[in-house]
Amino acid sequence: MTRLDKLAERADVAPASAESLAAAMRSALADVERPTPPGPLSTSLTFGWRALLKIKHVPEQLFDVTVFPVMFTLLFTFLFGGAIAGSVGGYLQYVLPGLLVQGVIMITMYTGSTLRTDIDRGVFDRFRSLPIWRPSALVGMLLGDAVRYTISATVTIALGLALGYRPEGGVPGVLMAVLLILVFAFSFSWLWTFFALVLRTPGAVMGVSMLVITPLTFASNIFIEPSTLPNWLRAFVEVNPVSHLVTAVRDFMGGMDASGELSITLLWCAGLVAIFGPLTMIRYRTAG
Amino acid sequence: MTDLAIETHALVKTFKKTVAVDGIDLAIPRGGMHGFLGPNGAGKTTTIRMLATLTRPDSGTARVLGRDVVADANEVRRRVSLTGQFASVDEDLTGAENLRLIGRLFGYTGARATRRSDELLTAFGLSDARDKQVKKYSGGMRRRIDIAASIVVIPELLFLDEPTTGLDPRSRNEVWDIIRAMVSSGTTVLLTTQYLDEADQLADRISVIDAGKVIAEGTSSELKAKVGNGALHVRVMNPADRPRASEVLNRILGVEIRDQADPAALSATVADPGIVTSALTALAAEKIELAQFSLGQPSLDEVFLALTGHTSESTSDEEVAA
Repeated sequence: MTRLDKLAERADVAPASAESLAAAMRSALADVERPTPPGPLSTSLTFGWRALLKIKHVPEQLFDVTVFPVMFTLLFTFLFGGAIAGSVGGYLQYVLPGLLVQGVIMITMYTGSTLRTDIDRGVFDRFRSLPIWRPSALVGMLLGDAVRYTISATVTIALGLALGYRPEGGVPGVLMAVLLILVFAFSFSWLWTFFALVLRTPGAVMGVSMLVITPLTFASNIFIEPSTLPNWLRAFVEVNPVSHLVTAVRDFMGGMDASGELSITLLWCAGLVAIFGPLTMIRYRTAG
Repeated sequence: MTDLAIETHALVKTFKKTVAVDGIDLAIPRGGMHGFLGPNGAGKTTTIRMLATLTRPDSGTARVLGRDVVADANEVRRRVSLTGQFASVDEDLTGAENLRLIGRLFGYTGARATRRSDELLTAFGLSDARDKQVKKYSGGMRRRIDIAASIVVIPELLFLDEPTTGLDPRSRNEVWDIIRAMVSSGTTVLLTTQYLDEADQLADRISVIDAGKVIAEGTSSELKAKVGNGALHVRVMNPADRPRASEVLNRILGVEIRDQADPAALSATVADPGIVTSALTALAAEKIELAQFSLGQPSLDEVFLALTGHTSESTSDEEVAA
């Protein structure tokens, strides 16, 4: 195999190892073991591991999950506190659970543009050519995102506590609230994976995300009591899934019975996955 | 017909209003290397994407290793692998992480995936770069890690889409050596290329593809025989002499002499290179001064001209959009 030996003589390899490099190539090619195909959970977790590796290599992507929550919490609490609730302290008690939700929902929009970038680079074509459960690349990506959402929620809660927010529901209430937000964010993100596969550029995906997120978060009960609103707007706020999520989160953190709003929120989650999950997968399968 | 690696009948794929693949029939045996030769936009990449289950055909059938690419897509995916302009690795991860990721997706345990990754990095001369992010790799290293990623589990059939486009000659030779080693270890390779010499060096048989159709098939010698043995290029010192030079060459060589875009340049396809010396003497006798006179292997353009009657540039570049 003389050509192979020549390969081994590359300048970047010490001459002494030339023979061993050719031998390494032969043994690498001789390894024809075929492992048992892994299940959907295993491949999804492997893609989740990939998302964590990307955070490790590109830590800048944690900037938005730490700076945004701080900025939003300070801005909205001090800007609206006096006007809406008469005092900053009183308003914080009302608005913090909402800010927790808003902080996470705002960062879900990066999911779409990140996926679009991956597709443009050709990484997803390799994943699509592997003999694995098809949605696992997307599910794994969303599992990795859960880490970013958790960081955002932690920052918001820590800052809220420092400013004087007191959750009546205690640690269990707060944990349930965060868990529910993570479930909602996972379900809601299928909307973004769908847009990422329909639209052509990361910028376009981002633009559509803003168009959807702005009314969903502002026309909700995050900042105000819906009873103050004109009828037509209140009608929207009351069906807005974000309002149901915020109420459930408020109930959990305030130590109240959250079961009613919890079921409505979980129904929304199931609905979002049931509609946008399959739509995403149809686009994923036929893309290109 | 499981003795065929690839078998297609009237395969068609249309993007919006462009027909990228227009009825391709292939019967490629197992073993060895088969080349798809054609210009940008000829439909090579679209064909490979259909064979690798990434794109669904609009009509026609394709069987890969005896399995239908639509009905049995997962069975096909288990046995084939691809590398190329598309199907790349994750630039944000290191070389070692990329190989471990793919190993685990195939079902290796963490430890086994790491061992396989180390083995491949050593074999591809990438041990020193194992913990570097792939975006910091050079072009040649990048192509090697792409190929390594496609053979974490050795496929029965490997698609290589333009594996050396954009590489310098040394890196190109390295990639060629790797490909030859894979073929000699028993993997069937389907290679696409825009370069005749690459197909010539590597492929046992070549399908020439143009405008979504296979227009010729055979070994490289068979194809070149259709084009003639040599391509003659002549540039005269003074463009005003060109018509006269063309006349002289036509008289001596007895073949069609083509005017090039350069007003001083002529080209011709010569069946017998021996006669070229007389042409040179005749030009000197006519006192036509020459700036350049060369005889070379036919280029891809000339193969195309001979096979299709048009040059490769005149094909549209839909491949990019595909």
